[in-house]
Parts: sequence; structure tokens; C-alpha cells
Amino acid sequence: MNRHAIQRLGFGLLGFVALVVVIPIVLIIALIVVRGAGAISWEFLTTMPYDGMKAGGIFPAIVGTLLLTMGTAVVSIPIGVGGAIYLSEYAKDTWLTRAIRLALVNLSGVPSVVYGLFGLGLFVLFLRMGTSILAGSLTLAIMTLPVIISTSEEALRAVPMEFRTVSASLGGTRWQGIRHVVLPQATSGIITGILLGLLRAGGETAPILFTVAAFYLPKLPTSPLDPVMALPYHLYVVSTQVPGMPPQMQYGTALVLLVLVLSMNVVSSLIRSYFRRRRQW
Amino acid sequence: MMTSPVDRREPIKLGAFLIEWFVRLAGLSTIGFVILIFFFLLREGIPALFEVPLSNLFGTAWYPTFGYYGTIPLILGSLLVTLTAVVIALPLGIASAVFVREVAPNWVREVLKPLIEVLAGIPSVVLGFFGMTILVPAIRTLLNIPTGLTAFSGALVLAYMALPTIISVAEDALDAVPKSYRDAGLAMGATRWQTIWRVVVPAARSGIVTAVMLGLGRAIGETMAVMMITGNAARMPLGLDALFKPVRTMTATVAAEMGEVAQGSVHYHVLFGIGIILFLVTFVINLFAAKSIFKKRYRGGLR
Repeated sequence: MNRHAIQRLGFGLLGFVALVVVIPIVLIIALIVVRGAGAISWEFLTTMPYDGMKAGGIFPAIVGTLLLTMGTAVVSIPIGVGGAIYLSEYAKDTWLTRAIRLALVNLSGVPSVVYGLFGLGLFVLFLRMGTSILAGSLTLAIMTLPVIISTSEEALRAVPMEFRTVSASLGGTRWQGIRHVVLPQATSGIITGILLGLLRAGGETAPILFTVAAFYLPKLPTSPLDPVMALPYHLYVVSTQVPGMPPQMQYGTALVLLVLVLSMNVVSSLIRSYFRRRRQW
Repeated sequence: MMTSPVDRREPIKLGAFLIEWFVRLAGLSTIGFVILIFFFLLREGIPALFEVPLSNLFGTAWYPTFGYYGTIPLILGSLLVTLTAVVIALPLGIASAVFVREVAPNWVREVLKPLIEVLAGIPSVVLGFFGMTILVPAIRTLLNIPTGLTAFSGALVLAYMALPTIISVAEDALDAVPKSYRDAGLAMGATRWQTIWRVVVPAARSGIVTAVMLGLGRAIGETMAVMMITGNAARMPLGLDALFKPVRTMTATVAAEMGEVAQGSVHYHVLFGIGIILFLVTFVINLFAAKSIFKKRYRGGLR
């Protein structure tokens, strides 16, 4: 066999492996969409569960996940974008900056269940927040930070140096340059990063197991110190904790969760391509 | 922003001053959070060392109800599932990265990359659910074993969860290999296939090692999917068939049992102790990965 035949064979093999990687992804999504679609109805999306969650809807879980995601956003966006601005625009290459980078690497590697333990130890017990939306949002926010910081920093660094020098040459202060020139240019990258982080937070189960999630709570929360149901945890509950659960309920919950998470994914890529077309550099 | 007729620059300076401090604090907060996490894990976990003799803690029996807190089966369970996952994910990931970066025509790349990104976005509980309903029964029938809830099923799902990380980091590493390297290979009369495996991939070696480390770190900390499909039997995973029997990992143990223990009990402290082990292990793995991130990867060369 000559080497060109080997190359053809090799490339074919690589393509086959790529298919092996991609096909299960398509299968998973198709399966959940096909089997879950039958469960989706106005009633399923907007009513309380009853009969031990075997009937009714998943409204409180949807509300819970939206509230948690919003709570996470409120805390993690300012700190995350702030941290990214510091790292890209202010930080010099000192031991302190390197320590921050090391901390980021570490934070992004901490297992989600360990975030759950931390949230339980600090927010739920030590700060006496109880299992609540507040405790869960704070836990998820810290987990989300490294994603937001690293993607936003990358977006800020991608803005060419000339933009900053021109702003300074016009008499702008450093902050004015950042506020009016650099940040607007980096918006799309920052929003993408934020959405990626929140998407992860909204789909997580382990960090909310001991900090927020209610097994079965057929009413809506009235304060940030209330526990809530959440979609990922609800999927875990209906698929493993309750015997005799109709598969429709499981696939329906999985589908709603998947749509919620993947729609953020789609929105973030749309934003990215929209801004890329309008970019001035 | 507020302005006063007397001195219009003053409030702007104050605002900028405050914002610059906020930004600095936001950056520093990451260090604070790492310290806080470690502190609270230690605070709740260290008492276990005084309450349970070491021979028990590092014993081979995990029966918390009867006072046996042997963590060895859990540690070995995590190792078995994680290492198997990496062994599966490594060839798949590198081959896919090479295909996407070096071989695939543009339109194929445009299809593959978003799909792999979608995989990264699927919540682990959804993958666990898929594993439970489709993969586990399939493995049971295919291999003709009593239960499909095995270490192997867990490793398979974990491998797919680690793939997006491995592929994207490996792809970046390949991308960073200067074009002149490829040109030199081709100019010597090598085929593209030869150039890829003898020039490009070796040049991207350290980045590929980083990819594997990050994938390993993701896999060892994964909780929900593993808890739902590995069967959660806390026994020593020894013997050749251990891979095809139920196991229990450290993460699954914490997630499954923390909800039911009394706060401040021995069991509670031991679970936090497992959290400390997980924190330290992932810290070390990520430190290794970061070392190659911080290091400059290539010595010059035209892109």
C-alpha cells in the first residue's frame, strides 16, 4: 500500500471517529425532543405538580430555575466583568496577577458538588440563609465567575491597542477609554461569556442539591429566603427518586430543560455573529 | 454622572476612582473565593480526623450507618471511572481535533463545531437521564450482565462529557503550530497525513497534554451523571470484571448522602472530608494543566 493510499485510509478513519463523537449528540437531542414533545402542553408548563408529581405540570420548577439564573446573573455579572476589566486593562504582570490567574484556574476546576458543600457550609449554615434562592444563587454565582471572567477578558484583549491609544490621545482618562471605547467594542464577546456561564449555572444540579432545591414544593416562593424547585433537580427526582413515574413526565422535564439551556446557546452564537459583522476592525 | 458647576472634573474623577477600586476588588475576589472554599471545607471536614480513627477512614468498608467510613472503595471507584473515561476520550478527542482542524473541508467544520459546543451545554443530569434510559439497558443486553449500572457505563458518559473540553483545547494547540512547520513537512515530500502525525501533532504536544489534564479534571469532578448510572455500590472495585460491575465514586457519595445526614454528625464531617480530597485532587490536576498554559508554547516561527 503506498503512502497516498495510507493517507486516504487515515483521513477516512479520522472522519469516522468524528462521526462517532457527533452521532450520539444528535441522537440524545432527537430522542428527548421526540419523546418529550408529547408531554408539552400549556398545562404542563403552567400548573403545579400533584399526585406525587406524577401528574400536573412543572411550573414551580421552571420559575425556580429562572429565579436562580437571574440571582446568579445579578451577582456574577458585575464581579465577573469587573474582574475581566481589571485583568485585561489594569493588571501588570506581578505575583498578585499570577495569583489571580491561578485562583481562576482553580475555581474553574472545583467539582460542582464541592461548590455545593461550600455553599452549604458558608451560606446555608454559617450565614444562616437556610436552603434558599439566595444561598443557591450565591453558590452558582461563584461557580460561574471563572467562565465569565476568562471569556470577557479574552473579548477585551481582542480589542486592538490603537483604540486605547487614540482615546488617550484625545485627552480621555483611562476609565473613559475603557467605558466609551473598549467596552462597547467587546460587548458581544462579553455577552457570549455571560450567557455561557449562566447556561452552565441553569443546568447544574449538584451545587443546588443542598443549598436550594426542594424535592416537592407546589407553591411559588415569596422571598429570596425561600427554597424552590429547580428543573435539573426535578429531572433527577422524577427519573430516580419516585417509583412508577410516567416516562412522559421525565422526557417532558428533560425537554424543557434542554430547550432553556440550548436556546441560550443559540442566542449567544447569534449575538456573536451579528456583532462580528458590525465590527470595525 | 453628577456634575457641579464649580468643578466639573471632580465628580468624574471620584466616579472613576470608585470604579477602578471596584474592578480591582472584583479581580482580587477570585483569590478570596478560593480561600473561602478551602477554609469552609476544612472547617467542616477536619473534625472527621479526630472523630474517626485513620485505620477506619482509610479502610475498605463504607457503611456509614454502622460507623464504617472507609474511603478507599470510593477513591478507587472514582479512579476507575475517571481513568477509563480518559482512555476512551483521549483517542476520540485527539482524532476529532485533528480531523476538524487539519482535514475536514470548511462546511464539515461548520457543522461539527457547533454540535460539539452543544454537547458542552447539555446539563449533566440530562446526560445521566439519557444514560439511565438508553445506555444502561443497552449495555445490560449487549454484554449479558445482571445490571447495566456499571463503572463502564459511567465512564462512557463521562468520556463524552470530557470530549468538548479535550477537543477545543487540542484544536487550539494544533491551530497554534506555525504554518511554516507544515510547509516544511510538505516541502520535504511528506504527505499531509505524515506531516500531521510526525510534525504538527508533536509540535502541539504540550497543548494536547493540557487538553487531557483539563478533561481529566472535568471527569473526576462530575457528579450527577455518574451518580445516576454507575449503580452506587460502595465496594472495592478489584478484579478484572470490576469495570462491568456497579461502583461508587466520591462525588456520587457526597451528593447522595449529604441530603440525609444530620448537620455536625460524624458522617457529615466525613462527607466534607471527601470534599477536601476532591478539591485537592482537582487543584493539583489543574495546576499541572495551568503550568503548560502559562508556559510559552512555541519558540518563534512564522504563523
